[in-house]
Amino acid sequence: MTHYSAFSLLKNALSGHKNWREHWPDAQPKAEYDVVIVGAGGHGLGAAYYLAKEHGITNVAVIDKGWLGGGNTGRNTTIIRSNYLYDESARLYDHALDLWEDLSQDLNYNVMYSKRGVLMLAHNVHDVQSFQRHIHSNRLNGVDNRWLSAAEAKAFCPPLNIAPDARYPVVGAALQKRAGTARHDAVAWGYARGAAARGVDIIQNCPVIAIRRGPDGAVIGVDTAKGFIKAKKVAVSAAGNTSVVMQSAGLRMPLESYPLQALVSEPIKPIFPCVVMSNTVHAYISQSDKGELVIGSGTDQYVSYSQRGGLPLIEHTVAAICEVFPIFSRMRMLRKWGGIVDVTPDRSPILGKMPVKGLYVNCGWGTGGFKATPGAAHLLAWTVARDEPHPINAPFTLERFTTGRLIDEAAAAAVAH
Amino acid sequence: MLLIHCPYCDETLPEPEFAYAGEAHIARPADPMALSDEEWRDFLFIRSNPRGNHFERWRHVNGCGRFFNAVRDTVSDKFAMTYRAGEPRPNLDALKEAAE
Repeated sequence: MTHYSAFSLLKNALSGHKNWREHWPDAQPKAEYDVVIVGAGGHGLGAAYYLAKEHGITNVAVIDKGWLGGGNTGRNTTIIRSNYLYDESARLYDHALDLWEDLSQDLNYNVMYSKRGVLMLAHNVHDVQSFQRHIHSNRLNGVDNRWLSAAEAKAFCPPLNIAPDARYPVVGAALQKRAGTARHDAVAWGYARGAAARGVDIIQNCPVIAIRRGPDGAVIGVDTAKGFIKAKKVAVSAAGNTSVVMQSAGLRMPLESYPLQALVSEPIKPIFPCVVMSNTVHAYISQSDKGELVIGSGTDQYVSYSQRGGLPLIEHTVAAICEVFPIFSRMRMLRKWGGIVDVTPDRSPILGKMPVKGLYVNCGWGTGGFKATPGAAHLLAWTVARDEPHPINAPFTLERFTTGRLIDEAAAAAVAH
Repeated sequence: MLLIHCPYCDETLPEPEFAYAGEAHIARPADPMALSDEEWRDFLFIRSNPRGNHFERWRHVNGCGRFFNAVRDTVSDKFAMTYRAGEPRPNLDALKEAAE
């Protein structure tokens, strides 16, 4: 693996950039692995990376039905934050944020993590009370989050209109300064490169048809489009398709899959310095480094695997953006797309061991999986390697839906989880 | 945009007239006190979430206001049929044969 540095860039510039080597080799499946990970998104590739790097388990395959990073990793709005209400969630997402800090150096791959800040607008008394409750809870958990007056919010994000006669007046905002964005594709590529360099096989365009179990009920491998692959441990990290994959192992999951749409405008000069979310008007917006405004809101209302979603939701989203930022009302939108997100009843993920021996799952991230990528990957690797959950992901069991010990971020939610 | 046929109004209308209301044919337990924790979990939280035909409830909120059921393919988003609330779950194989 070539080490990327200013020196390697210079060296390759001198030879006309014709001698760069591939990031990682394409692999064909072997007959047997120690661990098979289903789903080559950021979470799955990251788990393979940490399995190899931190636990010395390198006989690992990551299998995907499409190309790597082509699911929700390539379809999200790249927002990273950790200002969640409950203790369990705060620890989980802040763990990810800690890993984001050094990820580019760790991977020797620029993931363009940008701590530009996430500003959540309060438009009414309820918003103010709810956000201040979040801020207090976050501060007790050591999570960065603070309250800004309307004038301070305007100073932080100049395009904001804080006129008191606005249709949705801004009366204040919660700011997580440490939050921001990252380059989503680079996260998948960086993890893929790091994992492959340590001996992990990345097998693309190879749908997993079923998880196979032996006579004692334990996992023995996966049936794929390229034949049976033996493995004593299988970790499923398949986002919207998790229900379907898990069904093949005889497990019914508390998940429903919904399309989550996003859209981008034509590129413009830098105008928007941070991420702004408005829960009440219901949309969020940021500007990518390419100059596009990146816009999203909630999921479509119906269960679907179509990776499309409907136009009524786009209309709703753009209407909300125009209410909060009338200056963007004449922007032209270039593209819109959808990803399929798996949503749990309490809007918190399921990350841990399954009742089937040798089966692990990382799912239920709903509309907010990207921000958790390094954390989820790190904790999944830990759980698989040691066959027991890390203390951070220990509360995020499947069993909580039987015991009733939910982590109900649904009730505490922002627009985008 | 989805075009949805309301079986009460007998009209095919655009999606913003309707509200999705979750999976259909999940009956509330007749004797809630007799349920185990696992049975409560299945009733409250477990959903079939199929990749294919899905039985689901819709409500014609901006029309007659009534709930009805539908069968929709979750991959193509096409409706196979809609039917009134209270009618039994249709047999899809029979439906397909009838269409052929």
